[in-house]
This record gives sequence, structure tokens and C-alpha cells, in this order.
Amino acid sequence: MGIAALVGTPIKRREDPRLITGQATYVDDLKLPGMLYMAVLRSPYGHARIRSINTEAAKQAPGVVAVYTAQDLKGVVGNIPVAAPLPPHITNGMGRRGPLAEGKVRFYGDPVAVVIAESRYGARDALDLIEVDYEPLPAVVDPEKAAQPDAPLLYEEFGTNVAASVRPPTDEIDRVFAETQANGGIVVRQRMVNQRLAPSPMETRGVVAEFRKADRTLTIWSSSQIPHLLRNYLAEQLGLPQHQVRVIVPEVGGGFGCKLNIYPEEALAAFAAMKTGHPVKWIEDRSENLAVTIHGRDQINYVEVAATRDGKITGLKVHVVSDLGAYLQFFTDVIAIAFTLPMICGCYDIPVAYGSCDIVFTNKAPTDAYRGAGRPEAAYIAERAVDLVAHALGKDPAEVRMINFVKPEQFPHKMATGTVYDSGNYQLALEKAMQLIGYQQLRAEQAQKRAQGKLMGIGISSYVEICGIGPKGLTPFGLYESARVRVDQSGDVLIYTGASPHGQGEETTFAQIAADEFGIPIERVLVLHGDTDSTPEGRGTYGSRTTAVGGTAVYNAVQKLKEKMKQIAAHMLEASPADVTLEDGKFSVAGAPQKAVTFAEVAAAANFSNTLPPGIEPGLETTVFFEPEACTFPFGTHICVVEIDKDTGEVHLRRYVAVDDCGRQLNPLLVAGQIHGGIVQGVGQALFEGVVYDENGQLLTSTFMDYAMPLASELPPFELDHTVTPTPYNPLGVKGVGEAGTIAATPAVAGAVADALGLPHVDIPFTPERIWRIIQQQQAQPQA
Amino acid sequence: MIPATFEYHPASSVDEAIALLSQYGDDAKLLAGGHSLIPTMKLRLAQPAHLIDIGRIPGLSYIREEGNVVAVGALTTYATIERSEVLRRYFAVLPECASVIGDPQVRNRGTIGGSISHADPSADMPGAVRALKAEIRVRGPNGERTVAADDFFLGTFTTALEPGEMVTEIRFPLPPARTGSAYTKLANKASHYAVAGCAAVVTLGADGACTAASVVITGAGTMPTRASAVEAALMGKQLDEATVAEAASHAAEGLELMEDIHGSKQYRAQMAAVMARRAILKAAERARG
Ligand SMILES: Cc1cc2nc3c(=O)[nH]c(=O)nc-3n(C[C@H](O)[C@H](O)[C@H](O)COP(=O)(O)OP(=O)(O)OC[C@H]3O[C@@H](n4cnc5c(N)ncnc54)[C@H](O)[C@@H]3O)c2cc1C
Repeated sequence: MGIAALVGTPIKRREDPRLITGQATYVDDLKLPGMLYMAVLRSPYGHARIRSINTEAAKQAPGVVAVYTAQDLKGVVGNIPVAAPLPPHITNGMGRRGPLAEGKVRFYGDPVAVVIAESRYGARDALDLIEVDYEPLPAVVDPEKAAQPDAPLLYEEFGTNVAASVRPPTDEIDRVFAETQANGGIVVRQRMVNQRLAPSPMETRGVVAEFRKADRTLTIWSSSQIPHLLRNYLAEQLGLPQHQVRVIVPEVGGGFGCKLNIYPEEALAAFAAMKTGHPVKWIEDRSENLAVTIHGRDQINYVEVAATRDGKITGLKVHVVSDLGAYLQFFTDVIAIAFTLPMICGCYDIPVAYGSCDIVFTNKAPTDAYRGAGRPEAAYIAERAVDLVAHALGKDPAEVRMINFVKPEQFPHKMATGTVYDSGNYQLALEKAMQLIGYQQLRAEQAQKRAQGKLMGIGISSYVEICGIGPKGLTPFGLYESARVRVDQSGDVLIYTGASPHGQGEETTFAQIAADEFGIPIERVLVLHGDTDSTPEGRGTYGSRTTAVGGTAVYNAVQKLKEKMKQIAAHMLEASPADVTLEDGKFSVAGAPQKAVTFAEVAAAANFSNTLPPGIEPGLETTVFFEPEACTFPFGTHICVVEIDKDTGEVHLRRYVAVDDCGRQLNPLLVAGQIHGGIVQGVGQALFEGVVYDENGQLLTSTFMDYAMPLASELPPFELDHTVTPTPYNPLGVKGVGEAGTIAATPAVAGAVADALGLPHVDIPFTPERIWRIIQQQQAQPQA
Repeated sequence: MIPATFEYHPASSVDEAIALLSQYGDDAKLLAGGHSLIPTMKLRLAQPAHLIDIGRIPGLSYIREEGNVVAVGALTTYATIERSEVLRRYFAVLPECASVIGDPQVRNRGTIGGSISHADPSADMPGAVRALKAEIRVRGPNGERTVAADDFFLGTFTTALEPGEMVTEIRFPLPPARTGSAYTKLANKASHYAVAGCAAVVTLGADGACTAASVVITGAGTMPTRASAVEAALMGKQLDEATVAEAASHAAEGLELMEDIHGSKQYRAQMAAVMARRAILKAAERARG
């Protein structure tokens, strides 16, 4: 019997031993000779004019090497990069900024000056010596108020805070709503708030910059998800050729999208290193992380849904108000437009869908991609819409889902939004989840509990998301991925991926792919990443794309090397390449299995080259770029049960079942890990988390004393299962799983809480007081 | 999150600590478990120039029965309190209260002396100490004195400690027979400090009627506050659900209510009542044995 296939087996992560024994190197572990430390002075105001900055005292402080303000950067350091500036205003500079605030500060934490000092402590102390004369200005933190004509303006010269509006004509959706109502159907309307979240990775951001003046090379170590994009944009920002910038991404302790960005501190550390000639380190502290690293979500959604009396949805109309915060980060402006609106139909075959959107600046931290990036908002809209219909018609929410699902035979399916879904079997996932949780028994129990006056609710989320970006034209630059695969002379396989795993486990899954394809033990495969010198091009890790796109690049590269190795083996075996097969690490001739050479022998021959046939290049190495032809659409159903403490308003999550379909699973253990973490973050949004500013733009959740992270002790064990519907768009059949749990969980819990309270909708997060107030109201005016 | 510069002075005895405190005056702070002080310093809300570490002073961590008192040393950690058989026997409220403070790391470092000296209105332990009518032993430049817990807490982060004084011991009088105690809290979902909490101690007569009640509310108000109206409403009564609920509904009377993003005044007042009801019922059940 041959070596057991690795793909599909739950092998443990190969990266874990170094991570859990403290032997991994993070940015903050780096110590370079002569290294200086940077600290950032930040605005204590939500909105203020800077009258003057006096840095003299700080410059005199012991150990201080330099103090920089926006003045020093003028003409030297360019603006913070924005991937896809939208017309009309952003293309004209609205929301763009240099690394340090100039003239005005626009949110609490806005960077104003930096101190470079010999110690981290000295740098921090000197911040207190910088005098900034601020003239506080009225702030606006509510995006709907910010869109009003009389609102305080962040960018006076544009005369508005609304950066862009998408408003297609409404004739068709209006007609559908009118017809539905004329035919006895219903139209349900609901405003929903999808609150602002802080991604909060365990490792905050950090950067070390080193500049060698002699050859003008800049090396940046950054806790980033995008080494190559960072290199490319930073080079542009600093006016250096790309090849003079090297980005190294060491171990990264979580990103969740917030490290898919080029931040002010990277350019600031680089600038300081170039000016002082010393390496410069900056490590973000937790309060900075909560205040200035991008936030996620922060949308207000106006949802209108029309349905027949039987529960068939006839039309969906959604208006999104997207709060951009004060400035643009990498994808800030396009999250709602490019990722929420195209997905508002969820898994439902809704004949007519309409989406409009306003994107609005406010005096808050910039928003951007946070695990799910616009798709959690879309799933929330779709799932809440279906629940609204079920509630209005008095139908079971599972039944309304079944009625409206896109059917398996309809794929590939073009949705009313224009988005084309690859494959799916939504019914199957829902049925499986219902069976697993014992849906009918739970409904019976719920009826009993209700009779006793107890609050129990069941919530369903049949989500679908868009992954595997991206095909050409979807984004301003191709979102391909690269893989360089090399077989050395001892037969070890080295994979250099342009993806940038930071907790997802691709050092394991990519090795599984190569080991299986070559028929060699996984110990002989090494996956390397995170250095723009060893892997010159790549796009990084985000959007649940790394296995679908980066894994496929690895797979394709391995196929190319296999072909070459077959030719070499054929020569060694004096056979025709067409007759040579590779199995269990041996090349043999069909029909004559005793005639064989090993994988290692062929690798040695290729690398030593002396015995190679003419026309075959020495070496065993190839670089492959894979750009998918279409996106993938993972889906599934999550069902949960909540109980509510009527006295306190506390919501207890009692059970949680997740049936996910991410296509083929390369490693079920890693899939489960992604689902677990994702669910926790989704539940976190529903029950606990929320960034809160006061009216003046003061951040009230600047530490974990006030920003509520979910704790293990507050969560039940998750019960997981899956279905497998491969995507036709990559040879591995994989769809992506990194964000599924987060996307699915929030609407599941939201549905359960609304169900427990017997209401069509309750806004997240379900803080105890919010729920308690609802219960108080209900008790004061008993329902008819 | 880097504190301002300070000088560190490890004290090897209470006398040395007090001498250092006298020497540096307002510029100095005692450091015990550091789990309130250090976070405050890292946020630069406190910037003491001198830190006097009392955490290494030997002989300040103990739980001792001394006649009709159980004496607890100021440096005794929550973890020790949580596991103490003696405390569990006489004052269930103490280990119960300790067990809901923070997480294991916090409980391994935080001290009872530090908690009551800090007097955070949302902290848990001050409620239990006050409900048990403990005596707080304090040493200062002028020698030793004892302060009743009811006189110790004066307001938010404010105690009866005079400059130069430190807490050395907390003394809990042994309860009469048929006494039960309990602590309940509604935790702030972020910090897990109390949005509202209640420490209750009740003594029942042979007929089951309440002969003594001590009820203290944490979290809801600006300091751990005795709920006198609740106590009065319990006295002489059988502690059934209805009686306790009625009595507990007075929990917020006399409270100077706090308000933040985790709870309005109205909510905190109501939660004080809910927590009081639950704590009193639990204490009564324990009193019945
Ligand atoms: C993550 C986290 C979670 C927490 N959760 C909770 C919670 O749920 N509930 C809760 O009640 N608390 C909580 N705490 C606080 C914790 O209980 C603290 O340990 C406690 O409040 C202070 O005790 P300490 O020994 O750490 O004191 P320190 O922090 O060392 O000192 C606190 C203050 O008291 C003074 N002081 C200390 N000892 C003495 C003494 N013997 N005499 C005079 N003054 C003294 C110090 O000078 C200082 O001003 C939490 C803390 C953390 C870090």
C-alpha cells in the first residue's frame, strides 16, 4: 500500500510547535544594532484645528534623536495608499492624508508628531513635552447626521461629508413592491445598525525600518498581511524603486483584515530610518490599536423586502449608509459598494434586488476590511430580511429559507444583483444543521418555555459569501497569487508562496498539496513566505482567498515540475515520458514496476545536471502565477439557541451548530479551527463588541475595560459538521473558509434573540441593558 | 502603555514601607499585587515618582483563626482566599467573591489589602469586607489603629487611610450560628468588574426569621454602599421569595448611582435590586444549612 493521502486528513499544524513554545519571531522580538524607537503623538480631540506645534522641549529631552511633524514630511513622503479611489470626491483628494495630520486633526488618535529616541520609554516620555495648540471644532460621529447639509465638515473644500453615492433608478423595485402588495403580498421595512467593531488581533501592529545609505536599500519588517503590496506602495510613497525596498513579514499574531493596509507608521518609521541612519522600531500599544487601527463594519442598513403570502420573496431593496471614518485606508471606500451590495440576496433567488449606498466621512477612525469585509453586513441583511418575512407571515424561518433558496440545479446562477454564484446546495446544509440541533424538538421546548414565561430563541443563518478573489477586472489590480516551487538535490521541496499566512495554517495545507502530488512524506516539504526578496511577487492573505488562489498556484507549479521530472525519469529509465508514472515517490514505467527511479534520484539528477538529456534545463524550479477565472461562494447554515435572563437582560448562548461548505476540505482540523475562531468573532459582534464614541468624537472604548471581547467562558462548545460542494473554478475544488464563521454567526444569534423576544428585529449588540429595556417595555404593555 | 518614570523601592518590612511612605509623601504609592495600580500607571492616570513595593514583605499573607476572629493578612491573594477552608466554613461570601474577580492570573496577584485600599467602586471585595463588618488594621507613622469597614470606605477611590498609612490586616468577626452569606454580581461584559453586585450576610433565628442582615451593594454606586433599607425590610421576617424580593427592591435607596456605557443609572438601580434579591436568597439558604 502506498503513502496515505494527506489532503483531506486532519493533520496538526506544522507551524504550531514554534508558536506555542515561544520560539517564533514577531516584529517586537527584533533587536538591531543602534536601533531607535518611535512613539506617536496623537490627537486627544475628535476634530480640531492645529494652531501650532512646539517640539523644542521634546527635542531637548534626554535620549531624543528627532521629532517630526507634517512639516518635515512635506514633499518627501506621499499620501497613505488607497487601492481604489472612487469618484467624484475621493479621486479629487477627499479623505486622503499624509502620515501626519496637517492643519486639522479629524479623529481621536489622529497622528500629529513622532518622537525618535534611544529607548522606547524615552520616546514615550518625550511625547508629553510636545505642545500642540488645538482649536477644538464641532465633531460629527453619526454618519446620517454627517450627511445632513448643516453638519460640521471634515473637508470644508468639498462642501459635504458624503464622499460618494450610488443611486440606481428605483422604477423596477418600486413596481415589484406595488405589484406584490396589489396581489395581497407584504412589504416589510426595517432599519438595522451594523455596529463598528475593533478587529483586535492578539499581536498589535509593529514595524522596524532599516535603511542602508550606501546602497539606498530599505528593509521593512512589518506585522502585515500584504508584504508585496506594502513594498510596492511604500516604495511609491517614499519615491524609491521597488527593488530597493524589501519587506519581511515575520510571525504575525493575527490580522483579521486590519493588517491588509499600509498605515502611517510604516512610512514614518521608514522616513525616520532614512533621516537618522539608524534602524527605527515602532510597536503599537493596545490603546493605540483600539483607537487608530482600522475598525470594521459601521453600516446602517435600510432593508425593505416584499413577499407573497406564501413566503416567496419577490423583491429586496437595500440602502446602505457606510461610515468611512475620518480618512481612507486601503479599501475603506469600496467595502460597502464592492462587497456588501453584490451579496445582499444571500442564498435566495430573489427576482429583483436593488441596492443604493452613501459613503460618508465622520470624526472617527477609518473603517476597512475586518474579517468578512462587507459580506457579514450583506449576510446580516439577507438573513434578517428572511426572518422579517417569516415573522410578518407567522411562518417558520426555516420554511421561508427553503422556499427561497437558489436550487442546486440552478448553478452557476446569476443573482438579481448580477453576482454569479459558482455552486451550492443550500437546502442540504440547512437540513443537516436542523437535524444536528434537533430543530423540531427545540421548537417544542420553546413553546413549553414560552408557556412558563421563559425566553428561549432559535436563530438560523443560511449564509453565502464571495471568496477566492480575484478574477481580472474585479479590483484595480489583479489579485492573482504566485508560487515558486523548488526541488533541491536531496529531493526536498521548497514552496515560496506570495500569500502571507498569519495564523491560517498554509504552511501545513500547502505542504499537504505538494506532498500528495509528489508522493513524498510531508516532512520533505517546506513552505516559506513573508519575504519579498525570496518571493518577488505576491498579493498576500485576506478575503479567504489563500487556499483557493495561492494553493492552486502551488498545485499548478507542482504539476509543471512533475512533468519535467517525468521527462528526466524517462531518460534515466530509457522509456518514453508518456509511459512514466509517479506514485509513492517513485517514477516507474507502466507495465514494468520493477523499472523505477526514486523521486530523490530524479531530483539529484536534475540538480547535478551531468546526466540530463539534451534539451532539458538543469535545476528543478518554477514560478507560477494563478489568477482565477471566477470567484467561489462558500455557504452553510448555522443554528443557535439562546436563553435570556429576564431580570438582567443577559443573553446566554446555549447551543451552536455549524454546517459549513467550503468546497473540498484540505485539512478538516484547520477548517474547524477557522470556523471556531470565526464564530467567536461573529458572536462577539452580536453579544458583546462595539466601538463607542461620544458626541465630540471621544473614544469611550479605548481599553479592554470598555471594549468587550468575547471570552471562552461565555461560549458553548460548537457542534460542527459540513457538506462538500466543490467549486469548478480551481483544480483543488476549494472555496475558502477563513471568514465563514464570522459571516454566519452574527445573524444566527440576532435571529435567536429576536425570536426569543417575539420581535421582528432587535439591533446588535445585545448588551444586557438594551435587552432589559425591551423586556421592561414588553412587560409594561403586554402584547394583544 | 508605558508608565512615566518612577523609582522602585522594595520594602522588606512594614516599618520600612511606612518610613519610605513618610519620606516621599504624595509622590509615593504602595505597590501590592499591582493589578490596579500598574494598569493605571500604564495609562498615565497615575504617575507616582516612587513605588514602594510591599509585595515582598514577609508575613503579610495569611488566614488565621484568632479566638472569635479570622484574621487575613493584607497581602493575601484572591486565589488563597478562594481556596481557604476556614473562610469557606464561616464566610462563604469571601471565597465566592474572590472567585468572580478577574481571571486566574488576576486572582493569583491581586490582594485583599490592595483591593480595599484602592476602593474602586466597581470592585467586588470591598462589598464582602463591608458586609462582614470587618475591622481593618492600619499601621502608620503614629502606630497602629483599627477602622471599622463601615467607616473605611469614604467614596470613589477614597478611604479613611491617612497619608503614610497602610493596611496590614483585615479581621472578620466569627458569625453567630445560622448565618449565611453570598456574593452575586452582574459583570460588565468588558472588564468583568461589577455593573452591580451584592454581598449579603443574614442570620436566622431558630424559627427561621431573620435576626440580622447586612447587605452591601457594589458597582452600582460611587462606593460600596450599605443597603440599610433592604436590611430593615428583612429584619424579623421569614426570608421567602416574596419577602426578599420586596426588601431587595429598596437596594438602590441611598446609592449615589454611577452611569457609563455599560449601564445607565436606572439599569444599575434595577440590577442592584436583582443582585440583592439573589444574594439574600442564597445567603438565607446557606444560613438554613
Ligand atoms: C484584568 C483585570 C481584571 C480585574 N477584574 C477585577 C474584578 O472583576 N473585580 C475586582 O474587584 N477587581 C478586579 N481587578 C482588580 C484587582 O482586583 C486588583 O488586584 C485589586 O483591585 C488591587 O489589588 P492589588 O493587590 O493588585 O493592589 P495594587 O494594584 O498593588 O494597589 C492598588 C492601590 O492600593 C494601594 N495599596 C495596595 N496595598 C495596600 C495596602 N496594604 N495598604 C494601603 N494601600 C495599599 C496602592 O498604593 C494602590 O494605590 C482586575 C484587575 C485586572 C488587571
